[in-house]
Amino acid sequence: MSPTTVFLQQVINGLSLGGMYALLALGFTLIYGILELINFAHFSVFLWGSFIGMWTLEALGLNGQNVILTGLPLIGVLLAAFLASMVFCGVLGVVIERFSLRPLRNVTGPMAMITTIGVSYILFNIILLGAGADTKNFPNPLPEIQFHIDGAVLDLRIVLIWIISAVLMVGLWLFVQRSRMGKAMRATAQDADAARMMGVEVDRVILIAFFAGSALAGAAGLIFGLYYNFTSYIIGYTAGLRAFTAAVLGGIGNVPGAMVGGLLIGLIESLGGQYIAVKWTDVIIFSILVLVLVFRPTGLLGTLAPSKS
Amino acid sequence: MLLEFRDIDTHYGDLHVLKQVNYSIEKGEIVCLLGGNASGKSTTMKTIMGVVRPTRGSVVFDGQPIERLATSERVRRGIAPVLEARRLFPRMTVYENLEMGAFLREHGPDFEEDIERVYALFPRVKERRGQLAGTLSGGEQQMVAIGRALMARPRLICMDEPSMGLAPIFVEQTFEVIQEINRQGTTIFMVEQNASMALSIANRAYVLQTGQVVLSGTAKELRENPLIREAYLGEMQVVH
Repeated sequence: MSPTTVFLQQVINGLSLGGMYALLALGFTLIYGILELINFAHFSVFLWGSFIGMWTLEALGLNGQNVILTGLPLIGVLLAAFLASMVFCGVLGVVIERFSLRPLRNVTGPMAMITTIGVSYILFNIILLGAGADTKNFPNPLPEIQFHIDGAVLDLRIVLIWIISAVLMVGLWLFVQRSRMGKAMRATAQDADAARMMGVEVDRVILIAFFAGSALAGAAGLIFGLYYNFTSYIIGYTAGLRAFTAAVLGGIGNVPGAMVGGLLIGLIESLGGQYIAVKWTDVIIFSILVLVLVFRPTGLLGTLAPSKS
Repeated sequence: MLLEFRDIDTHYGDLHVLKQVNYSIEKGEIVCLLGGNASGKSTTMKTIMGVVRPTRGSVVFDGQPIERLATSERVRRGIAPVLEARRLFPRMTVYENLEMGAFLREHGPDFEEDIERVYALFPRVKERRGQLAGTLSGGEQQMVAIGRALMARPRLICMDEPSMGLAPIFVEQTFEVIQEINRQGTTIFMVEQNASMALSIANRAYVLQTGQVVLSGTAKELRENPLIREAYLGEMQVVH
């Protein structure tokens, strides 16, 4: 393979990973934007999304990579799996907020954040105890169709992952920018007390932010399985921390920032793995986290105006 | 009577803030609330909006007790705030800030009508409609804050320090606009440091001191009251 082909190949891979990290980073950013809370339970919501997606695909008769679908059945199966993962995780996020975080709403300090760590452990141990510690073969009904660009291979599944990530991100962007509830969400993030006095029910806005963010984590979990052909109880931690880095890199609390940060982290992972060494990936990514926090804590697209008055 | 406080007490923990406070504001009035720091002025505003709940007494709006209602329900019934220091949503456009004012009303033909009404009152706001609110000057922000309150089609606007931090020219403009809004039928209850300005446009006023109403009357009476002249209008000179 020529150097340009290698580069192109890694860009293709990086953008796929990046789409997944971006979806996951959006959940961190939505919730941080409103509550100034880092939600570590998000790691495990992502993990649950992956398993729910796998179980849905299996329930639809898919097993490993043996069943290949095309056309409408393929679209139907994928739609069902994404819907199941996203709705389940969305509801899971709402339950986490309602029962473990809302009671702590007026408690200052790191209590809420520590609670999310606890919730994260509970959720991932349920998977560990229920499904076992072995790596699961993830059903993948996508046909092996490949496009060749200048020698680099572009799988159909990667194109699909791009399309799904893009649709979800554009959808979230439109929701936040255009819809009445999205505007209420931004208003609450910028000045919760003032939003309340416009008649916004802040608790409801928070629930919707948890639903939306967690549903995207569910989609990211399913994408993880479709991309790597496996899932396991440990995937939440690594992917979650990388996505969190993406959110910080883009500017935590900033929606386009999470998207840009996600894509960049994906590219850094794949290009770094190619040109430096795969074993250094985490070192590179978390060095970026530290550097951003030290030199530019507001991130690349960070919010310039103060978030709270 | 549009708004009444009946023997209101409020507490922050052990701190007794409002003590047996009574106000009554008629439809169509401009009433101002004077008082020094920590007199309970802001707490009064927060009690009206439902941010602070009274420990005793009743808040009556349009004949109905509202002290147990959520803030959103109070907004729905026709109370809109102009908050202290404006408190716009800084990273939303001027237009979006106005939209937030109408949050509880569905978009309809009325909405466009109300936007036009705000633009007519403040041509400057129309010019700036696509700009982020955080980039406006203090005076422009005040216009948007008042416009945002009007978008709720309120029957009562509660203003917390509308002149605070504004250049004199904007102070004058703000008070002219308040009178204009009042002429168009909205009742105004305002907390204000600038007593001479406030008393020049108000019908009546209350004076609050450490949580108690110590004086009330028509604006004219208060302007002539020696105590008020000394404490709030700054007319008593230091005599050597």
